[in-house]
Amino acid sequence: MDNLIEIRWHGRGGQGAKTASLLLADAAFNTGKYIQGFPEYGPERMGAPITAYNRISNKPITIHSNIYEPNYVVVVDDTLLESVDVTAGLKKEGAIVINTTKQAEEIKKHLKGYKGEIYKIDARKISEQTLGKYFPNTPMLAAIVKVSKVMTDEELLNDMKGSFKHKFAKKPEVIEGNMKALEIALNSVEKI
Amino acid sequence: MSIRERLSGNEAAAIAMKQINPDVVAAFPITPSTEIPQYFSTFVSNGDVNTEFVAVESEHSAMAACIGAEAAGSRAMTATSANGLSLMWEMIYIASSLRLPIVMSLVNRAVSGPLNIHNDHSDAMGVRDAGWIMLFSENNQEAYDNLIMAHKIAENKNVKLPLMVCQDGFITSHSIENIELIEDDKVKVFVGEYNPEEYLLNKENPIAVGPLDLQAYLFEHKAMQADAMRNAKNVILEVSKEFEKMTGRKYSFFEEYKLEDAEIAIVCMNSTAGTTKYVVDCLREKGIKAGLLKLRVFRPFPADEIAKALENLKAVAVLDKADSLNAAGGALFEDITSAMYVNKKQVPMVNYIYGIGGRDTKSDDIESVYNDLEEIAKTGEIDNPYRYLGLRK
Repeated sequence: MDNLIEIRWHGRGGQGAKTASLLLADAAFNTGKYIQGFPEYGPERMGAPITAYNRISNKPITIHSNIYEPNYVVVVDDTLLESVDVTAGLKKEGAIVINTTKQAEEIKKHLKGYKGEIYKIDARKISEQTLGKYFPNTPMLAAIVKVSKVMTDEELLNDMKGSFKHKFAKKPEVIEGNMKALEIALNSVEKI
Repeated sequence: MSIRERLSGNEAAAIAMKQINPDVVAAFPITPSTEIPQYFSTFVSNGDVNTEFVAVESEHSAMAACIGAEAAGSRAMTATSANGLSLMWEMIYIASSLRLPIVMSLVNRAVSGPLNIHNDHSDAMGVRDAGWIMLFSENNQEAYDNLIMAHKIAENKNVKLPLMVCQDGFITSHSIENIELIEDDKVKVFVGEYNPEEYLLNKENPIAVGPLDLQAYLFEHKAMQADAMRNAKNVILEVSKEFEKMTGRKYSFFEEYKLEDAEIAIVCMNSTAGTTKYVVDCLREKGIKAGLLKLRVFRPFPADEIAKALENLKAVAVLDKADSLNAAGGALFEDITSAMYVNKKQVPMVNYIYGIGGRDTKSDDIESVYNDLEEIAKTGEIDNPYRYLGLRK
């Protein structure tokens, strides 16, 4: 399994973590990769913790289980840090990306001494600035691409332009805001 | 050239149905197969197919509508899961005994109760003696390919039996993965027109369908059904060969993965076979001669072929994703041990009940089975052949 990258998403129902994982799978597929994108289905309700996964590889992927030792973790909602063990099994050569405005020390308190790289991004600010509403999944998608380097910034932007055109065929007015959110997010990921 | 796509297992099944463009689809939604009729009904509204879509009020009616459509002489399809299949139960047997080649997408889910929406094979195992051909699929690709092959197998005049294509609920039905699709026109030619020899709406040759059948003939009719199931074996191989010519993708009764020189092996079906391949590769790197037999055709059961494929192994584990609750072992285990016995093959075998109600099967779980098999291969000792994998203590 050369170059297999495994990503785990933690979010709350309604924030679009599942959609973000599917969009990442889509974008990676369009760069020629083998991909998996799947949520862990439970009794979903708005606001309940949810988990979604991605596998991305240069070779066909046959494994069909959840991901227990991810290379990367994305935390879409920082209130989950208190209730979910977000760094469980996370490889120390990997990284975690968190949507937060909290200070480094405060974040680290919840990460159980995780030795790998820690990144933060203020997805709320970016989303409210570009879309006028809180949709953290688009900035978080850009953030994980930046950190994991599964594709270049240009590849992501080009691909998402096409996806958004298709996805928002009936509301073209939101395409520009979403593209702007991606662009700003790509340059707003901060290592702590 | 085939079309490179990324689809969930449910999308793949719906696309296959679109390309097949059957005369009738009758279905009632149930998790996790709901998306199949949902996507298909969109194709109907958009005019992508000219299928008569019957939005029935229950699964019993879904199967009844398929039976009526097929008996009339048209091609009918449906999709369901778990309790939906349970509610079809009465009609499932009628479909096969009337020799109607209905094709069903069964997205496997645990049968209640208690209520659970996640994957295991208890729904499929409940109808294993109902006279349906049953194909299992490791991933979205196989769920799609098996559906494309389904009508050609089911409608063959030496078969004329209904057929279900199984895939794992959520694990493959809701996971987006790469897939190679076949062009619409090629599918159309491959599947062909349905021209049944006898059907209700043929006024030139009136027939009765489903009359009373008592002591004088039912036995003979059941024996004919059994013959049809035996005939299906060759037809499955022929259709698979023709499919391979079109796509390059090879199918048979089962896939032997690194089995030829293996000393220990796992037998399983559906998505777990993919996880097992990953583990086999890891073990091979350590010099452990592990292999896999992934069963695709569960009904008809290729007993002799399986016995031959497993005869030289030192130990085999059969994984059942449904417990038969019979104090003896799972359905697949019983079929395989029986196949070995009648073929006079003596190989140490153990059974693991696993993945019940969506319990995730990790690569570590599969590796632990191979560890057990190494021990059995060494000693030949099996203290308890009926075990659990991944059960919390």
